Amino acid sequence: MLSNKPFELVCPAGALPALKAAVDNGADCVYTGLKDNTNARNFTGLNFDDAQLREGIRYAHDRRVKVLLALNTYPQTATWSRWTAAVDKAADFGVDAIILADPGLMEYAKTKHPQLRLHLSVQGSATSYEAINFYYEQFGIQRAVLPRVLAMPQVEHVVKNTPVEIEVFGFGGLCVMVEGRCALSAYVTGDSPNTVGVCSPGKAVRYEQTPEGMETRLNGVLIDRFAEGEKTGYPTLCKGRFEVNDETYYAIEEPTSLNTLELLPHLMQIGVKAIKIEGRQRSPAYVAQVTKVWRAAIDLALKNRQGYTVREAWMAELNKVSEGSMHTLGAYYRPWK
Amino acid sequence: MKLALGPLQYYWPRQQVLDFYEAIAATPVDIVYLGETVCARRHELRVQDWADIAKKLAAAGKQAILGTQTLIESESDLKTLRRVIDEKDFLIEANDMGAVRLLSAEKRPFVAGPFLNIFNAATLGMMARLGAVRWVMPLEMSAAVLADLQAARPSGLETEVFAYGRMPLAFSARCFTARHFNLQKDDCQFKCLEFPDGLLIKTREGEEFLTLNGIQTQSSKVYNLIGEVDAMCDLGVDILRISPQSQHTLALLDVFRRHIDGTLDAEAARSEMVDLGLAEPCNGFWHGKAGLEQIAA
Repeated sequence: MLSNKPFELVCPAGALPALKAAVDNGADCVYTGLKDNTNARNFTGLNFDDAQLREGIRYAHDRRVKVLLALNTYPQTATWSRWTAAVDKAADFGVDAIILADPGLMEYAKTKHPQLRLHLSVQGSATSYEAINFYYEQFGIQRAVLPRVLAMPQVEHVVKNTPVEIEVFGFGGLCVMVEGRCALSAYVTGDSPNTVGVCSPGKAVRYEQTPEGMETRLNGVLIDRFAEGEKTGYPTLCKGRFEVNDETYYAIEEPTSLNTLELLPHLMQIGVKAIKIEGRQRSPAYVAQVTKVWRAAIDLALKNRQGYTVREAWMAELNKVSEGSMHTLGAYYRPWK
Repeated sequence: MKLALGPLQYYWPRQQVLDFYEAIAATPVDIVYLGETVCARRHELRVQDWADIAKKLAAAGKQAILGTQTLIESESDLKTLRRVIDEKDFLIEANDMGAVRLLSAEKRPFVAGPFLNIFNAATLGMMARLGAVRWVMPLEMSAAVLADLQAARPSGLETEVFAYGRMPLAFSARCFTARHFNLQKDDCQFKCLEFPDGLLIKTREGEEFLTLNGIQTQSSKVYNLIGEVDAMCDLGVDILRISPQSQHTLALLDVFRRHIDGTLDAEAARSEMVDLGLAEPCNGFWHGKAGLEQIAA
């Protein structure tokens, strides 16, 4: 078990090349998943088989970087053993922590592998210290990842009222809904983040050039239409343009990314323990770029919290890789709500 | 099989709410869920008002249950949560794990609400050990998955299924109704009062898609399991939940009651319901498909 750093940078590792990119560019932890629906990024071509996971753990541990395994979907009775086998594998392979959402699975992990460190996934929808302390008392979780719904003073209030370490999302794709409490993808496509580990899956997507423009559909439902010259976006169903009272706009959320670089010293000051970069589905080049910028920012903030400012070069690098090239502070900035 | 009225998901003026539950007292519903479970800013009724309604419904022979807010963000939300739980004369529906923590610490029996994500026997068994006397199936769960859970269900634990209404599909920190009016949530001007059944979202080709209800996003279609009542009976489902809408709720309860009692067959029930719903029906989740689909009986 590697020791905890004062503030951890937790980076996405969708596959082995991304894991190495994150490790090489300054991640303190990488998070990974297996090649099935035991994790919330169950995408074709992504994730780790046994040999890759062993190699990833060896590569990371040799460089004193921790490996976390996300088993953060909700197992169902008929396939329960797939999740428990994954927990056993995590313990056997020596991952540093598993990231879980399901209480039943946590109970299994705690009973069977009491030495294995448990993190509460964002998919657990724990938005208050009362909820987080429930998982602490029941299962001894050591860290909780907060859903992207709390304003900064609310994050601080949670930190003050729980012994559990708090990890927050810092950068990447932005879920506007409370994670674990969103059945929109299940409603439209039949595939659910909670049970299948996907949202707006590629197999349900159709692009079609029409006289009205490029149309993007999800299981036949029109998510958006792009005029000539407009950049066509992926039809994530909460980020399309819809009509409400005859007005057409991004009724739920714009195609934007979360970026909290400017909040970094404040997050450290209020006692947040780790910052998470979203994007296990992104390329190794993306992971390398984003990890490098956040490493530099964290090092600067750790050295001189008062003198910290966001460097223009960092923003320029991050803007190059962001969804829609737009950034938001999300719920951390109260008027977003 | 018992019939329950789910919590009012919308924001109605105070008098409309009081009148609604007065009418409900005279219906053949067995269980009534009360309380503000969606948005902390809604204040036409306070916890005490809901408790007063609960007392009246209990006096009319109904089992009255108070529900907790689903998305908790602030200490003020937690204060309201504790205030709800302090109503010790009533069973409480726990809609997040914070509520479960507080109720189990007091060794109080509770209803494990539909947003606790109970998907397997291990979690269901654990909820029962913590004090759940009833659980509500997640809306996205299929009959096949439910069957496995029913087979493993601890004795004494009742099963309830959301059987009719626009489905609460997602919760957010953001208020989408306020956003529609370019208002921030903190200054929402209580626009939800203008939409007694939510605010419809259509696609750019005019297809009804979703419903905005403050911080909650619902289906536009109405989940309707009237055709599955026999199947639910066979699975040992104890309670069907009907979600309130601004019109025809009493008529809908009556149709379900007669169908459950065997005096109205499914076909006749379906045809009586045609003009009672807010939109066309769907039942995909029950059949393990996309929720918006309607699978023929």
